[in-house]
Amino acid sequence: MNELLEFISSNLELIYILILAIFIGVELIKNVPSVLHTPLMSGANALSGVVIVGALLVMLQSKPDDYLALGLGFVAVVLGIINVVGGFAVTDRMLQMFKKKK
Amino acid sequence: MSITLSIIYLISTVTFVIGLKLLGHPETAKKGNLIAAMGMVLAIIGTLFLHDFEVPTINYVLIGAALVVGSILGWIIAMKVAMTKMPELVSLFNGFGGGSALLIGLVEFNKNVGLEDASKASAAIITTILAAIIIGSITFTGSLVAWAKLNGSMKDLRLPKYNLINNILFIALVAFASYIVLLNTDSYMLIYILLVASLIYGYLFVAPIGGADMPVVISLLNSLTGIAAAITGILYGNMVMLVGGILVGSAGLILTFVMCNAMNRSLSNVIFGAFGGDAESGAISGGKSGGTVKKTTASDSAILLNYANKVVIVPGYGLAVAQAQHVIHELELLLTKKGVDVSYAIHPVAGRMPGHMNVLLAESNVDYDKLIEMDDINPQFPNTDVVLVVGANDVVNPAAHNDPSSPIYGMPILDVENAKHIIVNKRSMNAGYAGIENELFFNQKTSMLFGDAKSALTELVSELKNM
Repeated sequence: MNELLEFISSNLELIYILILAIFIGVELIKNVPSVLHTPLMSGANALSGVVIVGALLVMLQSKPDDYLALGLGFVAVVLGIINVVGGFAVTDRMLQMFKKKK
Repeated sequence: MSITLSIIYLISTVTFVIGLKLLGHPETAKKGNLIAAMGMVLAIIGTLFLHDFEVPTINYVLIGAALVVGSILGWIIAMKVAMTKMPELVSLFNGFGGGSALLIGLVEFNKNVGLEDASKASAAIITTILAAIIIGSITFTGSLVAWAKLNGSMKDLRLPKYNLINNILFIALVAFASYIVLLNTDSYMLIYILLVASLIYGYLFVAPIGGADMPVVISLLNSLTGIAAAITGILYGNMVMLVGGILVGSAGLILTFVMCNAMNRSLSNVIFGAFGGDAESGAISGGKSGGTVKKTTASDSAILLNYANKVVIVPGYGLAVAQAQHVIHELELLLTKKGVDVSYAIHPVAGRMPGHMNVLLAESNVDYDKLIEMDDINPQFPNTDVVLVVGANDVVNPAAHNDPSSPIYGMPILDVENAKHIIVNKRSMNAGYAGIENELFFNQKTSMLFGDAKSALTELVSELKNM
């Protein structure tokens, strides 16, 4: 219990940000028309590719002879960047279609 | 972390918020997507070059290679894929994001717990790492299963008592993770067991869920990937990951609920109900190609509908384009009042994405019970007096059954040609999305009601009202 309180007090800033971000996310999406659900899903999916930043940090920080970290990091970067590039590109294509057919 | 990098992360975070906001409106959606993408590029470049520690050249070379390979792959996949395959693609990409998070978790466990003094790693850090591994794994296999199911290479799998099994497995996962934290262990064995169990759970979690509900599941998994990203963000004290991930997490969760609401179902019903499904339909051949097209008018169609006992409406993308979902509902209510049995036949890929029609019709308050899935409605067509096809084409094309040379050959379709009369509302004789001629339109039982779905249906409604 003490450890938990300690964790909260030392990360208070983080917790504030976390909670406020949750509310922003909810507010942003609440009233989106259903036609946009799939593109929105796809766009949000591309955003979740922000995990690539972590993958990059893994690779930047690992020692050049730490093959495990480099190898896993390499795969993580490839997967992450596919998520990012593919996600944004496909959302763009989809939205283009919506416009034309309107 | 350099102050420049912090500012760059701040800017990226703001572009994510603005991007998501703009994505929510039809006119600004495209711009929103671009803005968010720019923010992402900024964050990646900043991370690469503005750090304050030494990086060996070999690492840079490897990172460069990974980025180039992944970008090219992602771009090619995104450009090549057919629009109808969009949800499965989103799901695949999402799985990659989850996979990335899980790998990061593994490396960090290695770094924080394995190699160095075990007492150094606090319970909070281990918890974060384990959470990243568990959530990353679940989204990874879950998304891949969703992808495989949507492209038809995997069928629904329902083990006996699958809900019970899944729930027990989930509780066991959490308990096991807590045990690892309490133990403060450096055992790889335990981590690998946790990893495998999480991967299996992801598989079992999505396997029983039916095809029509996939968009909801994908949205949920998407939300989870966001949470995984946020957790890794906490690990690195990295704000752009934290806020970006949480935004996706909460937005995805809300989107999931909105979709469930639109379908008039609860999330637990989607996850535990094992509704829907997209098994192959029985092949029934018939119909002849060539010949002439029979045109009809709104008043003739209205008469046909008025004296029918059973009418099935087949909505397609044309309905969505014309925004005719409210008029069709009006038509349905009018016919029901006249004692006609009306239902909607929903093809799994009607529209451009699975669930598109469900959501669209739900938007105009069509009763969910009236939306009938392909496998259930197909046997009913022989007893149907009139089928009204609104802006659908490929999903009712008999070529899928009897023309082996057709690109859609083998695709399960709605067997509307078995009904007594077929009225097809279409704007013109143009081929459908797949670009194929439809011999249904030349069928003797078919009459064509040309015109924009909304105006044609409005006319139909006013004709019916006068009867």
